[in-house]
Amino acid sequence: MVGYTETMTDPSYKGQILCFTYPSIGNYGVPSMDNLDEFGLPRYFESDRIQTNGIIVNNLSNVSSHWTCVRTLDQWMYDERIPGITNVDTRELTKKIRSHGVMSGKLMMEGSEDLIEDKFEYDSYNFMPEVSISEPKLYGDRNNDLKVVLIDTGTKFSIIRNLLKLGFSVVRLPWNATLKDILDYNPVGVVISNGPGDPIICKQTISTASEIIENSIPTLGICLGNQILALASGAKTHKLKFGHRGQNKSCIDLDSKVTLITSQNHGYGIDSDSLQNTDFEIWFKNIDDNTVEGIQHKNKPIIAVQFHPEASPGPDDCLYVFEKFKELVKKAGIESS
Amino acid sequence: MYLLPITRSFVEQVIERERPDSIMLSFGGQTALNCGVDLYDNDILKKYNIDVLNTSIEGIKLTEDRQKFKDAMLKSNVPVLDSATAYSYEEALKISKKIGFPVIIRVAYTLGGRGGGVAYNEYDLQEIVQRGLSLSMVHQVLIEKYVGEWKQIEYEVMRDFEGNNVIICNMENVLGMKVHTGDNIVVAPSQTLNNKEYHMLRDAALRATSYCGINGECNIQFGLNPLSEEYCAIEINARLSRSSALASKATGYPLAYMAAKIGLGYTLPELVNKITKVTSACFEPALDYMVVKMPRWDFRKFEMVKRKLGSAMKSVGEVMAIGKSFEEVIQKAIRMCEIGKDGLVCNIGDEEPVILGKEHLEDVTSYTETAIIEKIEYSLIYPDDEIIFNVVKAIKFGMSIEHISRLSSIDPWFLAKIKNVIDKEEQLKKANLNLSLLREAKKLGFSDKQIGRCWSLNEDQVRELRNKLGILPVIKQIDTLAAEWPAKTNYLYLTYNGIIDDITFAKNQMNKAIIVLGAGPYRIGSSVEFDWATVNMVYGLRNNNIDDLAIINCNPETVSTDYDVPDRLYFEEMTLERVLDIYQKENPKGLVACVGGQSANNLVSRLNKHNVNILGTSSLDVDSAEDRSKFSKLLDDLGIKQPPWKIFTSLEESKNFALQEGYPVLVRPSYVLSGAAMKVVWSEKQLEQFVMEASSVSPDYPIVISKFLEDASEVEVDAIGSQEKIVIGSIIEHIDNAGIHSGDAMMCIPPWRLNRETMDTLIDYSLKIGGALNVKGPLNIQYLVKNNEVYVIEANVRASRSMPFVSKFYDLNLIELASKAILDKKLPDINNEHWLKKSGFGIKVPQFSFMQLEGADIMLGVEMQSTGEVACFGNTFYDALSKSYLAAGYSLPTHGSALITIGGIRNKEKLSPIVSLISAMGFKILATEHTAEFFKKSGFESIELVHKISEPDRQPNILNLLTDRKINFIINVPSTSTIEKYVGMLDDEYQIRRKSVEMGIPVLTTVESTVSFVKTLEWIKTNKPTVRPVDEY
Repeated sequence: MVGYTETMTDPSYKGQILCFTYPSIGNYGVPSMDNLDEFGLPRYFESDRIQTNGIIVNNLSNVSSHWTCVRTLDQWMYDERIPGITNVDTRELTKKIRSHGVMSGKLMMEGSEDLIEDKFEYDSYNFMPEVSISEPKLYGDRNNDLKVVLIDTGTKFSIIRNLLKLGFSVVRLPWNATLKDILDYNPVGVVISNGPGDPIICKQTISTASEIIENSIPTLGICLGNQILALASGAKTHKLKFGHRGQNKSCIDLDSKVTLITSQNHGYGIDSDSLQNTDFEIWFKNIDDNTVEGIQHKNKPIIAVQFHPEASPGPDDCLYVFEKFKELVKKAGIESS
Repeated sequence: MYLLPITRSFVEQVIERERPDSIMLSFGGQTALNCGVDLYDNDILKKYNIDVLNTSIEGIKLTEDRQKFKDAMLKSNVPVLDSATAYSYEEALKISKKIGFPVIIRVAYTLGGRGGGVAYNEYDLQEIVQRGLSLSMVHQVLIEKYVGEWKQIEYEVMRDFEGNNVIICNMENVLGMKVHTGDNIVVAPSQTLNNKEYHMLRDAALRATSYCGINGECNIQFGLNPLSEEYCAIEINARLSRSSALASKATGYPLAYMAAKIGLGYTLPELVNKITKVTSACFEPALDYMVVKMPRWDFRKFEMVKRKLGSAMKSVGEVMAIGKSFEEVIQKAIRMCEIGKDGLVCNIGDEEPVILGKEHLEDVTSYTETAIIEKIEYSLIYPDDEIIFNVVKAIKFGMSIEHISRLSSIDPWFLAKIKNVIDKEEQLKKANLNLSLLREAKKLGFSDKQIGRCWSLNEDQVRELRNKLGILPVIKQIDTLAAEWPAKTNYLYLTYNGIIDDITFAKNQMNKAIIVLGAGPYRIGSSVEFDWATVNMVYGLRNNNIDDLAIINCNPETVSTDYDVPDRLYFEEMTLERVLDIYQKENPKGLVACVGGQSANNLVSRLNKHNVNILGTSSLDVDSAEDRSKFSKLLDDLGIKQPPWKIFTSLEESKNFALQEGYPVLVRPSYVLSGAAMKVVWSEKQLEQFVMEASSVSPDYPIVISKFLEDASEVEVDAIGSQEKIVIGSIIEHIDNAGIHSGDAMMCIPPWRLNRETMDTLIDYSLKIGGALNVKGPLNIQYLVKNNEVYVIEANVRASRSMPFVSKFYDLNLIELASKAILDKKLPDINNEHWLKKSGFGIKVPQFSFMQLEGADIMLGVEMQSTGEVACFGNTFYDALSKSYLAAGYSLPTHGSALITIGGIRNKEKLSPIVSLISAMGFKILATEHTAEFFKKSGFESIELVHKISEPDRQPNILNLLTDRKINFIINVPSTSTIEKYVGMLDDEYQIRRKSVEMGIPVLTTVESTVSFVKTLEWIKTNKPTVRPVDEY
């Protein structure tokens, strides 16, 4: 019910039509992209444009009310030329998707000519050129000793935001950055971001990731980044029959044994058995279907989570993942010096 | 199971007997929590080595003590409003000046915001603070900055001892901070918060409740500035609350059940989601629908009551509507309230000019537009029970959404949604029989009745049209996970915002299902007793091998709406339209309408017309009981007496009748403008006044007048009828004389004054009436007994208010018997005098809410005013009565002073022996002028003269004595001719009654209640009430 502006601008949703289960969407309208936080990042968006290719809702709110609102959801989508459909029995659609798994779909005007190709190969499509940055970009102080490289496989602004909050400067590099590209910045750590599609498509990122692991560079993987680190270590990933999407997913932290509510959006997951032949162990687990929701290296400062610790949208229960990353960075720094 | 007052002394005695090792305090509302704290503070828990399960007393105290709460919030980095605690008025004034008016006064340790209020100036402050200090268990009030224009947002938190915590539901109060959440229109989930605000408050909720060490469930309320991210925590209820009940029904997450498990030591991840049965209970439900809770007020029952809504709760019940759009749910909720409205618009009476209140009979042109605007604006700034309709009026009048929002503090989103409904109404009226409009209107929650009014069709014609076009609602499930997991849930609602039913029924064959209609919202006259009946009917039918049972009800406070009670729960409107919608889908064996009180019963004949198979007494026979003329004929045929009565369409005729039968007479108009719907009048002048001013009489609106029998006692019979026989549950004797509504009367089983002959007559009549009405199921008959003559008042062919009481006392479940009767099974052999052989007594005493209803007069009459009841059992009459009094909140003083003001010579004479008893017991007797004079003449020398509140200069004055708590109880019996209250007269006595209610001092207003109260005081002086479980009586 909350978070449509964040969700729709999340690059992980590239190539997808989103169906909202909550019936009334658009209630608080859309804030201004110019409403920036203390780091100069848009406060209510996860990238600079709508990333989803379309949305399906039961009841588009024709009125919007909020002190931050500058336009209605409808207007925003029109401005960005993104289609949507309302008045749909979204519960029935959800049940269909639940029983058949994620499927292809298209939005068409009644009576209009069908110009869209029938088959869109989501699984084999490489979204990276579309969602990743093309040139390196620096956030925060250039001279900051605590500099991390963020490999942008479709990052959300909130990942950058949370790193900046902890005192890091962030160098955002394209998805196909090499180890050398990274080391040029002399970072204290690396973060591999979230992103859309099948992780095995990101071959370059995977190979960079294996070099990172080899070099024991403190690393945090998030969502797609989690899968990339797993693949880099020799584990396997697979497409989930029922993807995890929502702000209410319960995961247990196997270190503290506390169950937390996480924000998730992943259609692929790590094979838990395949981890046995690697140096990673399970850190977080979904308490309902036992899917792997986070891994940590047995002896290197490398951690990764499948959910979104940066939330946005969703609960902030797991912000401590970023803090843990900072601790690993610090510890590695002390050991190396 | 013990039926006892929830007080320290009684609970300690139960502990002494039972020796439990632990106690749960969070499930019995504020009453249980207060009692638990009391037990703890007096070292009783320590003495018996009892563990408190769920949140510890220390945690409870953090949330209950205002200062401690504030400190705890600040320590958990959650902002609170500028505030300070005060123990005196002077202190309160100093604080208020520092914070700046307006301020809100909250009272520590009370129920439902009791005694609090908003003060705009020093005058308000003095009144509220003084009342608050006297009500607070710890004589403490909190003065706080008032933020009425802020949003009021609530979160329901589950937390276990290992620190796992989740938010089950968040809720938004449509009327913002201005109005107590119990009186607010509440929507779940929140509708106008964005992601940042939602999670900012969610994080704060988890921080705050972790700090307080919540174990189990709690509710936290926040204020949120509508124009920024500024927020503050208002309060935490460290227990299951009304909001928790609502949240449970809104999400399908059984909060109390889970909290109990956590109390026993389970962790949240260990527990399983009761709906999916496979996923964990440690999760946050996802809703793919929205719900609206709408309060039900009953101000009409009270004279002089202030209807303004504010920080003290005044509603008596609530409903919850489920749907997919705000327009749909708000219109559903309005219908569910059963207040004579069919939705936001298209109601009867809407066509009249837009003016407020009852002035619509006056000449419209006498109003200038400014006056109307001012009136509308006032109604928006100071909301009362009509707020939502006043918003509609304002919009129709052309006021802008922004302006309305500014005045009412209602978020523009809600207002714009309401405007959508108004716009649709206009379109409907312009375009006759437009089918796409029909579809759209249904999606916005319009009922067939509303649409029919726009198109000059009746409800049935619209229904027919819809059926023909296939415009039908769909059944959707509530599954806690928005369809993400396959869930076999039986928790259902209907909506037009969907195309496919979530569940399917076998086609073209009659199912074996039985639908049981619930009782709708709690209100005065219909409360938990009918929910008890609904649930027991379901259990009864199940015990008789009916294994496919559906309930329709819309009250979130009930057990019948627990989805695990029936096989299918329809959380739905109990309107003809919706019941038929469900009936068509279900195609069941039949429908039971005799356990849901009058709401369900009223549908019987209309359902019957639509070929619904009514199980139980036939529609025809129900009509014979309900239709006054038919019932009267039936009594005549049986040779049974009733007080003379007649229907009139003009005042003149009715005057003649009253003259002929003699005053007093009971008047029942069929159309009432304001105030009570029934009245006893004592003179022609009063009759004229009541008929002409408060109601109307015409061929369209006839009035019924019956002879009112003075000094008659009132008796009821609860029974169950079946094909072959009628089983008498009990004869129930009222302790109060006739003239007090049966719902407000104290009752005793078995009867304690009636003679054998009268009882025989009552049984004989009951069997005859039951037989003549062919009753199949529950039956309740009300009688008057005067000079050993028995008269019938009315017969109800449905479950009665007293049936749970009777069933529990005799350990004979009457509704279980009724379920057999409905299925045409044989009833067991039960002697029709079984109730006579029972030793001991059960006494039921009403519970009133006058304290919360500012201004309401406590005088009882023929209109019911109580909002609840208690019942205790005892070895003797006074054993039972003393406990019932204590349970209903009366104090039973053993010494001190009694104030006596009695009107009329007859009453004074009647009460003379009681006054001497009071005096003999050692009470000091205070009396007002005339009363004192009378009793002095009769030889009571020691009477002390006190002066009226209206003469503040004369000392000693009643007001001071009350405020200083120098009066322990009050006997205030007005003269007989004023037994029915009316405004203006006897203002002084009204003042006394009102003040004493506010001070929590018992007031006795009738001769009979005085006698029983004083005799109870006498009894308790030398006796101790028994403490035994129910089955030992």
